[in-house]
Amino acid sequence: MAKTHVTTTLNGEETEFLCEPRQTLLEILRDDLNLTGSKEGCGNGNCGACSVMLNGRVVDSCLVLAVETEGAEVTTIEGIATPEGLHPLQQKFLEHAALQCGICTPGFIVAAKALLEKEAHPTEERIRLWLAGNLCRCTGYDKIIRAVQDAAETMEKA
Amino acid sequence: MATETEAYLGKTDYKVIGTRPIRHDGADKVTGRAIYGADVTLSGLLHGKVLRSPHGHARIISIDTSKAAAHPGVKSVITVDDFEMPEDKIRELGEGAANLRHLRSNVLADGKTLYHGHAVAAIAAVDANTAEEALDLIEIEYEVLEAVLDTRRAMEDGAPLVDENQTTQSLGEKTDKKSNVSTHFQHKLGDSAKAFESADIIVEREFDTATVHQGYIEPHNGTAHWKSDGHVTVWCSTQGSFPVREQVSQLLMLPVSKVKVIPTEIGGGFGGKIRVYLEPLAAMLSKKTGHPVKMVMSRTEVIQATGPTAGSHIRCKMGVTKEGKLVAAEAYMAYESGGFPGGWAAPGSMCIFAPYDIENVTIDGFEVLVNKPQTMAYRAPGATNAAFASETVIDEICEKLEMDPIAFRLQNAAKEGTRRADGPVFPRIGNVETLKDAQSSDHYKSKKGKHVGRGVASGFWFNVGLKSSASASVNTDGTVSLVEGSTDIGGSRTSIAMQLAEVLGIPAESVNPSVVDTDSVGYTDVTGGSRTTFATGWAAYEAANDIKAQMSGRAAKIWEISEDDVQFDDGVFASKSDPEKKLTFKELAGKLDDTGGPIVGRAAVEPQGVGGAFATMIVDVEVDTDTGKVEILRATLSQDAGKAIHPSYVEGQMQGGVAQGIGWALNEEYFYNERGELANSSLLDYRMPTALDLPMIEARIVEVPNPGHPYGVRGVGEVPIVPPPAAVANAIYDAIGVRLQILPMSPAKVLAALWSKDGKGKA
Repeated sequence: MAKTHVTTTLNGEETEFLCEPRQTLLEILRDDLNLTGSKEGCGNGNCGACSVMLNGRVVDSCLVLAVETEGAEVTTIEGIATPEGLHPLQQKFLEHAALQCGICTPGFIVAAKALLEKEAHPTEERIRLWLAGNLCRCTGYDKIIRAVQDAAETMEKA
Repeated sequence: MATETEAYLGKTDYKVIGTRPIRHDGADKVTGRAIYGADVTLSGLLHGKVLRSPHGHARIISIDTSKAAAHPGVKSVITVDDFEMPEDKIRELGEGAANLRHLRSNVLADGKTLYHGHAVAAIAAVDANTAEEALDLIEIEYEVLEAVLDTRRAMEDGAPLVDENQTTQSLGEKTDKKSNVSTHFQHKLGDSAKAFESADIIVEREFDTATVHQGYIEPHNGTAHWKSDGHVTVWCSTQGSFPVREQVSQLLMLPVSKVKVIPTEIGGGFGGKIRVYLEPLAAMLSKKTGHPVKMVMSRTEVIQATGPTAGSHIRCKMGVTKEGKLVAAEAYMAYESGGFPGGWAAPGSMCIFAPYDIENVTIDGFEVLVNKPQTMAYRAPGATNAAFASETVIDEICEKLEMDPIAFRLQNAAKEGTRRADGPVFPRIGNVETLKDAQSSDHYKSKKGKHVGRGVASGFWFNVGLKSSASASVNTDGTVSLVEGSTDIGGSRTSIAMQLAEVLGIPAESVNPSVVDTDSVGYTDVTGGSRTTFATGWAAYEAANDIKAQMSGRAAKIWEISEDDVQFDDGVFASKSDPEKKLTFKELAGKLDDTGGPIVGRAAVEPQGVGGAFATMIVDVEVDTDTGKVEILRATLSQDAGKAIHPSYVEGQMQGGVAQGIGWALNEEYFYNERGELANSSLLDYRMPTALDLPMIEARIVEVPNPGHPYGVRGVGEVPIVPPPAAVANAIYDAIGVRLQILPMSPAKVLAALWSKDGKGKA
């Protein structure tokens, strides 16, 4: 199958790749660009483990065709920590034990970061609604919600 | 004189145990760096896919793989004929067992496909999409057979047989009767029939629970390389790397020494990632092609063909005097095994009446074949179904007696010395303490809101010990590198490292724990049965004691005193006779190179002193009587952890178990049509709880130390899933006055129950 050339800004770096028209962004991230932090839990947009930011919106990268990202800005879990250290959300996930197996964690952190960038003080209900597209089977969500609330407070003070 | 164990149990001034350090693997897991099974890549890697049966029950007339094999990019196609028939024997897997012939026929169907999604053939190709395309080119002729999908039908005379050669083992005796019932067992304590005559109130009810899936977010995966020297390396996410080695070596007819299993990080298991599915196929495809082969399931494959846990049909009868003493109980427990014989009624029967001191009990258990995937452990397997029945009956008894449900449970509580119906006598347990904790909680003392129902239920899980190994080497900077074989699903690296750190008087952060492959650590059983922090933690404790003894020897050498003169307290080695002579653990570690070289501690354990776990749940619900939807408003779980090594991860197990139990209670079920085709194999239609469906879950840790563990650990992973379905059912009754005796209690079932109470037909 003929491949298409795509240029995106990926985690702040201009990135080029070749893809088949049928390949998803998730496939290209994981298999071609070696960014395996985005996970495939379902392949049809129900679990959120592959959440990435695409032009400022949270998307399930398993539902985005790679060719659609021409000229786009994409941020994955690998683009969230800086050389200075972890993002407050990542730190709070650790402090609150908000992960058990950790497979859903990248998706939750990407999605929660998008929320906190939009809204500095989300209520518990708002956080639960925003994260309802991300499934976690280990934690019962309690510690995840608390980690996001605590991160919101920390980010406000910073 | 107090034994060492008793001395530890009396100890409360722990330095490390009971604290909440950040997990050692945490940074990798919040940055996306941790490598899970599907992240493995190797040079020259091929990709494998599986063709699965579209039928619920069918005979395979013929398979023609020639077109698929000729497809560009396809490197190999295999069927069950590529696997030799293994011996007819059973291998224990830690949670459940595998009959090797059944295992072979499960990884690739042999003659018949026994459930929708049963694997029939596998293909290796240059990439996953090519392999998937080629699946369509495999030509199979099936003779579709009648499917049997629940225990009632399967147990009828004349029902279609899932396995035409299956006979019933009845009360320990082999019979010639061809049947879908593989096993009928009985537990008998006292004389229940006679004791019911002395009961003033008898409640007998019948329950059905749906087939549900463990629902881990990471699909099954397996990568294998059959090397040119005849050794096989397997990478996979599994609850037990050694059980995978055992299963793969048996199916490939290799000695275990030729199979190395490298466990990756694992994205959830809950009992479902113990049996192999893909690993032997990847290995065989690798043998045929000479390349490493990677296989990853889709979500549809996970739901169709792995797990699930047993659906069940249970009758439960309990009798009580008017003073509120339980005098007799009987249960009939028929559990689905799926397409191959299983054993989940058995553990269910060990739990169904365990919270109560009842002198007269009869339990009949039946393991029943149906045309569903071979069932697998799911968090306290069998016990959740059982408690849904018994704890609902208890609630009805409390109502008839007009007794508080916790007061009634306390009055009849099993305690140290109580005999369980299946035989064992309880050692020190925390049933009473757990109930009292629930009773004293703010939740229980709070006033209910208008239209709110409140329910209570208890649960028991026995926990297991099994085998674990660990080794630990002292670094010259005063840290310790800990090597263990328990794959870490929920922070167990840290809870195990903390037990080593406690012995050595060093911070948890001074231990570097690693989960390693099967060639790099001694045999270690599955991460399951709530055993990991208990047993592998014990191995780490013993390895630390080994280090302590060796370090004492070095101190003696340095000070030129006898080893008997060296004491170790609070992380400091000192001479008993000369208080001036002392070295911290770190200082002494810095002197190892000059005093005889490295120190490695090691231990291999098979602890026997397993402590069972009890939990009691309180839940408030609101029921929308127009739609039948049940909203969980507040949930509290009191659970005896024995000793919580890392309280955050104990709470996490409790909250996660409750969430899964609520999903089981309200939403989750396998929908099969009458032909045995699964209709809801996606996470949209198999509806697990989202963040929006749940409230905060209050986790109240009770600590009644287990006398069978150096730090009193019981194991916490499983029992929290046991009470929720019953607690929710009891809360629904409290809210709307109808008793649901079927899981899940989905809106349709709630409405049907309401309408039947009101005498209305369906709208």
